[in-house]
Amino acid sequence: MTLARRTLDGWRLVAVPALSILLALALAAAVIVVSSAFTPGGLDVLLPVRAYSSLAAGAFGSPTAIGNTLVGAAPLVLGGLSVALAFKAGLFNIGVAGQFLAGAFAAAVMGAWAAAAFAPLAVAAALIAGAVAGGVIGFIPGFLKARTGAHEVVTTIMLNNAAALLLTWAVTDLVRAPGFSFPRTGDIGNAALPVLAGRNLHLGILLALIAVPAVAWMLDRTTIGFEIRSVGANPVAARYSGMRPVLVTALTMTLAGVLGGMAGAIQMLGVIGFYAPGITASVGFDSIAVALVGRSDPVGVVLAAVLFGAFRAGAPLMQIETSVPVEVIDIIQALVILFLAADVLVRRVFRIRRARGGLGEPETVTRSWSSPEVATAAAEPR
Amino acid sequence: MAAALAMRGVTKRYATGTLANEAVDFDVRPGEIHALLGENGAGKSTLMNILYGLVAPDSGEIAIDGLPVTIADPADAIARGIGMVHQHFMLVPVLTVAENVMLGREIVGPAQIVDRTEGGRRVRALAERLGFDLRPDARIEQLSVGQQQRVEILKAVYRGARILVLDEPTAVLTPQETSEIFAVLRRLAGEGAAIVFISHKLDEVQAVADRITVIRRGRVVGERRPGQTTTSELAELMVGRTVSLRVDRGRSRAGDARLEIRALRVADGRGHEAVRSVDLVVRSGEILGIAGVAGNGQEQLVEAIVGLRRATSGTMRIDGRDVTKGSIRQRRDRGLAYVPADRQRAGLVLSFPVYDNLVLTRYDHAPFARGFGRILRDRSAIQASARRLIERFDVRTSSAAVDAGTLSGGNQQKLIVAREFRADLRLLVLDQPTRGLDVGSIEFIHRQVVAQRDEGAAILLVSAELDEVLQLSDRVAVMYRGRIVGTFAAADAGRDRVGRLMATGSAT
Repeated sequence: MTLARRTLDGWRLVAVPALSILLALALAAAVIVVSSAFTPGGLDVLLPVRAYSSLAAGAFGSPTAIGNTLVGAAPLVLGGLSVALAFKAGLFNIGVAGQFLAGAFAAAVMGAWAAAAFAPLAVAAALIAGAVAGGVIGFIPGFLKARTGAHEVVTTIMLNNAAALLLTWAVTDLVRAPGFSFPRTGDIGNAALPVLAGRNLHLGILLALIAVPAVAWMLDRTTIGFEIRSVGANPVAARYSGMRPVLVTALTMTLAGVLGGMAGAIQMLGVIGFYAPGITASVGFDSIAVALVGRSDPVGVVLAAVLFGAFRAGAPLMQIETSVPVEVIDIIQALVILFLAADVLVRRVFRIRRARGGLGEPETVTRSWSSPEVATAAAEPR
Repeated sequence: MAAALAMRGVTKRYATGTLANEAVDFDVRPGEIHALLGENGAGKSTLMNILYGLVAPDSGEIAIDGLPVTIADPADAIARGIGMVHQHFMLVPVLTVAENVMLGREIVGPAQIVDRTEGGRRVRALAERLGFDLRPDARIEQLSVGQQQRVEILKAVYRGARILVLDEPTAVLTPQETSEIFAVLRRLAGEGAAIVFISHKLDEVQAVADRITVIRRGRVVGERRPGQTTTSELAELMVGRTVSLRVDRGRSRAGDARLEIRALRVADGRGHEAVRSVDLVVRSGEILGIAGVAGNGQEQLVEAIVGLRRATSGTMRIDGRDVTKGSIRQRRDRGLAYVPADRQRAGLVLSFPVYDNLVLTRYDHAPFARGFGRILRDRSAIQASARRLIERFDVRTSSAAVDAGTLSGGNQQKLIVAREFRADLRLLVLDQPTRGLDVGSIEFIHRQVVAQRDEGAAILLVSAELDEVLQLSDRVAVMYRGRIVGTFAAADAGRDRVGRLMATGSAT
């Protein structure tokens, strides 16, 4: 393959995400302009420019801003990897929210228990607890899909609610720390992730960045990864070849759960500090967006996570300086996903051809939905 | 009489530099069946896509009824009376025959409401005129492949097609359905339709065509009439060299029983018994062919043997060891290799590079995997093996790194053969090993099969092509309604005798 051809293919791969982001920013700018007409300041055509520059300043304008961006990106990297890994096996993991909460809860409980222990041991124990808890939550839909064919989209969404409510009960009635006016877990003490630099740049960022090449290596260089990719790309051929789609499905969802649980664990040990009912699991759904924008490619996931982290980190400054509410970020993210899902539209507008080979993530999402091929391949002979 | 369709000097070069058609002249008269014969990739489909307005030619002209035309798109082609029956049907499975035929041309009553009664009546009348046994209210998904093809023809005729193009119409049909479709084409031609029959099957074009144009590498290399040519002359024209249509092979030296099947019963996906107490032995160094009309249990028998489907009762042994309950993987580890019928769906991962497809069944064995628990893939071993296999099996690909989906059908099949025909092979199961392939690829694969036999492999061959079974097999077993109704030595298996057994299940 010539270099030019390779570059062209590369462009086709990133073109749709990049242009979707640009289109979303443009459309959100229009929303900002229109809504400015209803504010005391009156119609302000230049408001989006000021808003976006405040956003950029809040995300990248100072070492602290960059730190905030990276802290926001870290759990998204792990969550995005979780969704991306499942995509590779032809599975749509909407369960990162539940896996995240389980990981955060387990890390908080273990962290509080080991709060006085030798710090490296306390941190390791809490992280492992989070990863295991996420793995368990991931295994359940994987096992159900493998054994009964229950669709993972349905089971993971339901499990998100089940996990959140179960953990609320657990923190209220089982592990509630004494001495606080509301139900929460105890202080994590020594289990808190050490700050590596600046005010809040914690160890979790390093862990997330280690997970990226680890997942890429597993997919690329190991037989397990080959099985995962084969089952994702053609479950029938995988089964005919002697692979076990059932096993691969359960294993992949478990691994995706581990990654989701780690996302919760580092957020808990690096940022939140204690588990209380109603802690936000927005990372769960943002992770799906990150995987889609990142084209399920490990490097793409990092870039997308940094982008989404930057949005979250920069939004408060945008609101302070220009009175454009932080909710605009939700509009932008929603538009990005909309354009990615409607990639045919984006391709048509910008005249981009589809990159060769490979199954796009939108196809995974739609194809995995009650596809007879997947269903028959998943069902072992009885 | 003016030709219904005349193409003159049609040339098409693709952006990649491939010259798909070079100064092609082709015409077809009303009432004539004109076969366009060529190997896969010879340029037949490009020529027909130009005719159908899907591809714009670089030069050349098209005339319909003697008048020059430019065809902008398929709608334009249909309006000019051109009907196309594609190899892969363009039907909506959940709609009825009538609805599919009327699609886009519905008869509407007052208030733009579709008049189903009138539509059904017209479709029924048309079907009766063409002699089709089709119920207008049957849903497409309930129909056999042969019946679906008739719906496609009905659709084209309903839209006023006078020039009917059929792209490899027999590739998906059983022998019975094939002879039925030939009768249909003759009737249509008798009514004055001009028919273009695209194929790479020599005996079929001989049987059905009034005229045969052979195309090779984008150029017309000859025009023949069926009575005045021979199958081997056509093959030579098509391939560009002498090809052996008969399989050269010595006598079988059958040894020990490799595969022993006793009283095997297998149910199909709906729970009906598809294989009813089959006893079968395949010995090392012999090819056992299974003849039978498609749908008589061969598919389920093969699936049970390779481990894709559980047997309801009975036993299977490979080299004397019971594998009845063994997984696909365990059987493969015992030396089973398998070429599935559907190469794109079951044999390959089209979005993976060629080298990964070449280890799809051996990815976790040395030397392709190493380390603790054979967890690490050895990429250099995988690629080195790929290079050797591509060379040995003459797979035409620009490199081992391109996706398998970019290869032609024949080369995709060679890829599977290269992977499955490995050195430590003991039992080889072939399901439709040459379906849809050109003569050159078929010849190559047949030679490889015989070579495997001579090296001592036991081979079970299932094919819908009776000629393939008769030519290649040392013994022939006929399967009818889930039972083996007769087993013959190749020398005693006359075509008529086997054909009668296939059709009725009894020799008398």
